[in-house]
Amino acid sequence: MARKLLLAHIDVPDIHTFEVYRQKGGYRAVEKALKTMSPDDVVEEVKKSGLRGRGGAGFPTGMKWGFLAKPEGVPRYLVCNGDESEPGTFKDRYLMTYIPHLLIEGMIVSSYALGANTSYIYIRGEMMPQIRIVEKAIAEAKAAGFLGKNILGTGYDLEIHVQPGGGAYICGEETALLESLEGERGNPRIKPPFPAVAGLYGCPTVVNNVESIAATVPIVNDGGEEYAKIGIERSTGTKLISASGNLVRPGVYEIEMGLPMEEFIYSDEYCGGIANGKRLKAVVAGGSSVPILPTHLALKTAKGEPRLMTYESLADGGFVTGTAMGSGGFIAFDEDQCIVRNTLNFTRFYHHESCGQCSPCREGTGWMEKVLHKIEYGYGDISDIDLLWDIQQKIDGHTICPLGDASAWPVASAIRHFRDEFEWHILNPQEAQTRNYGLVTEGVTSVE
Amino acid sequence: MIVEFSAPLLEKFAEVVARYPEGRQKSALLPILHLVQAEYGWLSVDAMDKVAAYLDIRPIEVYEVATFYTMFFLQPKGRYVLEICRTGPCCLVGAERIMQHIEDKLGVKEGEVTADGLFSWRGVECVAACGFAPVLQIGPEYTFYENLTEEKVDQLIDELKQKAQTI
Repeated sequence: MARKLLLAHIDVPDIHTFEVYRQKGGYRAVEKALKTMSPDDVVEEVKKSGLRGRGGAGFPTGMKWGFLAKPEGVPRYLVCNGDESEPGTFKDRYLMTYIPHLLIEGMIVSSYALGANTSYIYIRGEMMPQIRIVEKAIAEAKAAGFLGKNILGTGYDLEIHVQPGGGAYICGEETALLESLEGERGNPRIKPPFPAVAGLYGCPTVVNNVESIAATVPIVNDGGEEYAKIGIERSTGTKLISASGNLVRPGVYEIEMGLPMEEFIYSDEYCGGIANGKRLKAVVAGGSSVPILPTHLALKTAKGEPRLMTYESLADGGFVTGTAMGSGGFIAFDEDQCIVRNTLNFTRFYHHESCGQCSPCREGTGWMEKVLHKIEYGYGDISDIDLLWDIQQKIDGHTICPLGDASAWPVASAIRHFRDEFEWHILNPQEAQTRNYGLVTEGVTSVE
Repeated sequence: MIVEFSAPLLEKFAEVVARYPEGRQKSALLPILHLVQAEYGWLSVDAMDKVAAYLDIRPIEVYEVATFYTMFFLQPKGRYVLEICRTGPCCLVGAERIMQHIEDKLGVKEGEVTADGLFSWRGVECVAACGFAPVLQIGPEYTFYENLTEEKVDQLIDELKQKAQTI
């Protein structure tokens, strides 16, 4: 059995309550950090652990913390990013629902490390049940003396507040999240300055994903070196994978970094294979934004080596034959799924979620959606494939935030690996026009 | 719709504002808009203007936020708004079929309100529950209904109709 650091006690009844969580060794990391370590010691352990941001970008957490500016007399903030909206990703919802105190414990040790006395947990507004759960956990921790003034008599003060979002994917981007937390539209900021220098209210701020913050608990408890022993190369520790699509057992799994993808999909310990006895056609390994891979490239790299669930192995081959770890949103497609239709769906998503600030993204996502719609419904022209390629190239890298890139990659990879499916729709218009999947809402309804 | 915020609601507003540093009360805008929508079902211009006055910001600052975020309704909706996830992973396991079924069952198009005022429905983007797809949610508490089938949807709509009679 794989080691579990975050979900070890997930099956314990009532682990969502302070009492049971504490009985199972909860809040030891707070005691250890506040009583026996300096804030810099905690930062050092996180650096040693090799933990990389679990929200999608994979930036080393310790290094991010190290960048935090510390001018005298200016408050510093820790903001937890719980705006989980990347299609295919539902690990943070799971964690907040079933073991909320792990997040609160992580918030306390992380806030202490950064010298923050007020921290915010930004949770997407649709997760109202999770907002209630996390607020209750905060109240319980406070009643037990782990939050508030003079925590455990150490002189350290901390308040944590929950902030609901309003339903906008873009607010998962850290500067858009800060805008939203300030009561503004979620338009990403131009960087620099980075939040580490000028973030919330213009003060030095660290924004970390829910899972990253939770991971600081085992790191403080066992030490960064111990955490780094799990995994391969620069992919250390464990990772929560959200598995969805056509799998026998979709759900949230904690894996040790380095697990072969084939084992993750087919082993009974994890997803148990493809549902309904079908064959696997394609995999999106890290949320809708990362390149889709056909089965042969998902299970093995272009060099023929087993594809492992690590940042490095998933990226092996670059975007030509590889993909990315992203958020760990693992979507499996069976042989009956239409890649063009899925690409249209994802592109409609990015068009809907584009904040509208940058022209390449605002206009390009809508244009790609229209062209994909045309192809999917059997009204495409063979030149439309090149047109799509051209548009995605002109979005990629030309926007303030990565939403533009994220809209381009699924389109580019779908054309790269499944060009024959695009051609089929164009060469067999009657069949494409009469296929019926049910209702497609909103978006483009007219065809040219 | 002209509104007047009740004392308990204003108390909740004050609780929210206290979470932020002095002079940063605008941070309370989203949480307060959620509270107002939970109370009245939607955000009328008058309600938004009064929120602006409460937070000491200009009304346009409220409108621009309310129009940006998809959770805020700027028109009255049915008492129960069925929000079905329409993004990729849900569609791999039949969300489009479920939406078609809901449209047929309720007899109204996306965004419209049924004649009895009880129901609206709409497709929403990924709600972070892909492992339990297809899913739908119903505000203001955003209760979740997972692994949907046509039968489960029928049952849910019947239950909500009965619940509406008892309230």
